[in-house]
Amino acid sequence: MPTITLNRKVFEKLVGSKLSEEKLVDRITYLGASVEEITADEIKLEIEPNRPDWLSEQGFARAFSSFIGKKTGLKNYKIIPSGQKLTLERSLQGIREHTACAIVKGLTFDGEKIRELIQIQEKLHVSFGRNRKRVAIGIYPLEHITMPITFKALEPKKIKFQPLEHSRELDANQILAQHPAGREYAHLLEGLKKYPLFVDAKNKVLSMPPIINSHDTGKISTSTKEVFIECSGHHFESLSQALNILVTTMAEMGGQVYSMTLYYPGGKKVTTPNLKPTEQKVDINYINKLLGLQLTEAQTKKLLERMGFGYNNKKAQVPAYRADVLHMVDLAEDIAIAYGYENFDEIIPNVATLAQEDGFEVFKKRVANLLAGLGFIETNTFCITSKHKQTKKTNTKLELVELANSFSADYDVLRAWMLPSLLDVLEHNKSRELPHKIFETNYCFKKNTKTETGVEEFQRLAVLISDHNADYTKIRQVLDYLLNALSLKAEMIEAEHPTFIPGRVARASVNNKKIAYIGEVNPQTLNNYELDSPVAALELNMTELYQILQKAL
Amino acid sequence: MVQKIVDSLNQLERTVLPIIKNNTAFEELLEKSHLQEVELQRALQWLENKKLISGALQTNELLELDENGKKYRKGGLPEKKFLQTIKNDSLTYDQLIKKSKLEKQEISACIGLLKQKAAIQVTKEKEPLFTITTAGKALLLKNSLEEELLQEHYPLNVKDLKPEQQFAYENLIKRKNMLKTIIQKKRSYTLTSLGKKATQTKLSSKNIINSLTSKELKSGSWKNKKFRRYDVTINVPAIHGGKRHFVNQATEYIKKIWIEMGFVEMTGDLVQSAFWNLDTLFVPQDHPARAMQDSFYIKNPKKAKLPEWHKKIKEVHENGADTGSSGWGTPWSSEIASENMLRTHTTVLSSQFLRKIHDGEYTMPAKFFSVNKVFRNEALDWKHLFEFNQVEGIVVDPNGNLEQLKGYLAEFFGKMGFKKIRMKPAHFPYTEPSVEVEGYNEIKKEWVELTGAGIFRPEMTKPLLGVEVPVLAWGIGMERVIMEYFNIVDIRDLYYNDLKQLREMKIFNK
Repeated sequence: MPTITLNRKVFEKLVGSKLSEEKLVDRITYLGASVEEITADEIKLEIEPNRPDWLSEQGFARAFSSFIGKKTGLKNYKIIPSGQKLTLERSLQGIREHTACAIVKGLTFDGEKIRELIQIQEKLHVSFGRNRKRVAIGIYPLEHITMPITFKALEPKKIKFQPLEHSRELDANQILAQHPAGREYAHLLEGLKKYPLFVDAKNKVLSMPPIINSHDTGKISTSTKEVFIECSGHHFESLSQALNILVTTMAEMGGQVYSMTLYYPGGKKVTTPNLKPTEQKVDINYINKLLGLQLTEAQTKKLLERMGFGYNNKKAQVPAYRADVLHMVDLAEDIAIAYGYENFDEIIPNVATLAQEDGFEVFKKRVANLLAGLGFIETNTFCITSKHKQTKKTNTKLELVELANSFSADYDVLRAWMLPSLLDVLEHNKSRELPHKIFETNYCFKKNTKTETGVEEFQRLAVLISDHNADYTKIRQVLDYLLNALSLKAEMIEAEHPTFIPGRVARASVNNKKIAYIGEVNPQTLNNYELDSPVAALELNMTELYQILQKAL
Repeated sequence: MVQKIVDSLNQLERTVLPIIKNNTAFEELLEKSHLQEVELQRALQWLENKKLISGALQTNELLELDENGKKYRKGGLPEKKFLQTIKNDSLTYDQLIKKSKLEKQEISACIGLLKQKAAIQVTKEKEPLFTITTAGKALLLKNSLEEELLQEHYPLNVKDLKPEQQFAYENLIKRKNMLKTIIQKKRSYTLTSLGKKATQTKLSSKNIINSLTSKELKSGSWKNKKFRRYDVTINVPAIHGGKRHFVNQATEYIKKIWIEMGFVEMTGDLVQSAFWNLDTLFVPQDHPARAMQDSFYIKNPKKAKLPEWHKKIKEVHENGADTGSSGWGTPWSSEIASENMLRTHTTVLSSQFLRKIHDGEYTMPAKFFSVNKVFRNEALDWKHLFEFNQVEGIVVDPNGNLEQLKGYLAEFFGKMGFKKIRMKPAHFPYTEPSVEVEGYNEIKKEWVELTGAGIFRPEMTKPLLGVEVPVLAWGIGMERVIMEYFNIVDIRDLYYNDLKQLREMKIFNK
């Protein structure tokens, strides 16, 4: 979630009133942002990712002053046609097809204003811009640019300019390899034969989006009065929204917004920015039903206006800087916020539904209670474990479901069986008083091409006894006790299993289904776990046992 | 009172009590009781606990003869020898050494001592000459007090010395290696007045039952006997039984709350396609939550098959389809959707159960819950687990609304110990309105975050259900809610599986 730091004085001036700190925090919270920290000079906020229009003093103050009833309703921003052009070349196809641009004049930049501008540009890049993948923003002092501007794509070798904060001219490949911004964002141009480029009428490079501006044309200073803004990416709507957020913010700073005309290859013409509000249908019944309220049309209108919308004839005018209104439910939420989340009642409706616990979960619980009755302690271990533990450490070879992006080699697979997890528990408890009698039923995984994901999931039970005299008889008694309690009987078959001692391991078969291994754990495995006492164990497929029981019923 | 105590005496106590008088020493009791030292110690401890006897610790200073003491006891003190040697003739130093066979050291010590007593006279011409005096001769006639003390039976108790012995002791202790003192500690026991009364009762253990035998039971002989009374207030050693894991106990309690409210339990796969886990939830395909660093993806098998109707989801993402939404406006890729991953929330189960309603397996209104595992690609630390539990719930009711959402959550959290809850605005990609629910912690006097909740977006519900119905939904991080109950600060302690912790852990007793 993005955080922004607001200059408290600037914010309060924009809001037009000074609230007590308690009230300020309360209202910010109920508007939908979280106050991280508040001092006499600064307010640090956490902004939800659906409100990129709040990522500046101006944007947040606009929403806030409206929410507290100071300046409500739709805000109109004037756009003056600049008569300036930008041409998009065909070479951009498949590279970075779109841009949205504007010119803002009449700005006065001091250190504070430059900080504000850099903050919103960066925050938009990270959150709404998806780290420049969706939207890359460039802001340039107009005085260094000769209109019109061309947006095109060139082969990397043909691109040469001095990148921002760098001492000399580099070509595009050098920029990606040497410049900090180049290295950070190079992956966004990976695999492309040509790289996108903004150039002016004198063929001076403005920037190579989404990487870096040129040092000559791309740096705002305190003497800057007029700027050219471009947002570039693949999806025009997102660029337009980002641009609208930027220009309305700069309008709130005192700037005048000028439009530009974009010429697409093939003759299509588009003028940006477009600050015309969009319309969203308002069905008051629908909204009342969703929220559990009985609002009248007049009340709804008022609440919408408190959230910066206009309302007219069952339609809401959605300001152009709002990027998050896709559906009427988005208006419903804003109406709920304006109504006050603190004002909703708690109601449990009288609706009869029949409860039902999952059958397997109930079965699992019953088995757990039986084992606890035998003096066993239930453990609770993770499904994610290591390949080493699942195989080598227990002397087995298994095909495992592997994770693609584990943070550690200790957690790189999903387990196929439970015994290694529980031996792990014994290893960690060596200093604890014997006997160690533990059990657990939990998820295990294997590959199976017949399922939708290619993975089959089932739950397995492991029961372990670690004691001076733990042996086959003791663990066998547990299995017999368990199956007897379930009215089942197992046929024991001599078996081989590398984790167990040869001649002391069996497979248990119930209704001709082999459901468990049972035996004394091989001393080699015990050595691998550095255990000093014998361990007798069983591993049982609970999913299968449950199915057998279901069939028997 | 006394009888009650007597009734509680065991065999050992009954043996020891009668032989205790006044200040009876432990050694004496050991001899007379014929018990093992440990048995006697325990019996005495029990009797003391019952206030029948009182023990006292005596510290004695005992005298023993040291090396020189032993030597002089046999051969007499050197000063006596000195005098004996010069009894008849005055002698020079050299002559004295030769005749007396005393050590040089002894002689110098004697000179000082005897001069002090005026027993010798030293004249000096060429060399010193030693002559006995009348007083010296008198000394030869009788044993000195020191000599007498040396002849006593050792060890001697310093406390018991007579005044003249005390005098001799003080002189001798100053002299080198003559006597040594040993500190001896002795326990002795005395009957208390309660103990005296107890000894007046019958202490024979003949008619006392210590442990009931089946022989006594069958013969009925127990009827004529008395059971030894126990001290039922005493502490006993701890035992540990079998136990359910405390997190699972809490899970079952939480499940019970939903069951009581008429909810059906959902279960399903932990490995899911991104399609079910994210796309059906209308999470845009470029959403940061999809990033590798937030979720675990599966290396092999990498891709899942998508259900036939996945085109509906594609349309909704791209243009909103028939939901009244504009959609995300960007192209939707089935490649991205078919990536296998570990589910990041059990909301994926809600998605699948909404589809089950569509398929006729359940009918509306319906309520579903699950308490089960979810995964986030995070390294373990005291605040984060990569594998944890989520309490998921949905209410699929054409008449459902935000007030009811608050109602269900107030009911649940009330049973989890939060009497007051409040809602704040929040954002989740698949709910609108979205809500953050906080509960009031009565002990800490502060509001704490409990859960995110909301009403599923029509872009999620309509393609799954086929109709637009408000679905109230919440996904609660279970661990945080129960950590406080178990007094656990480090989240890893929930799944550390330390047997000591598991053996001693209190039960979930809400």
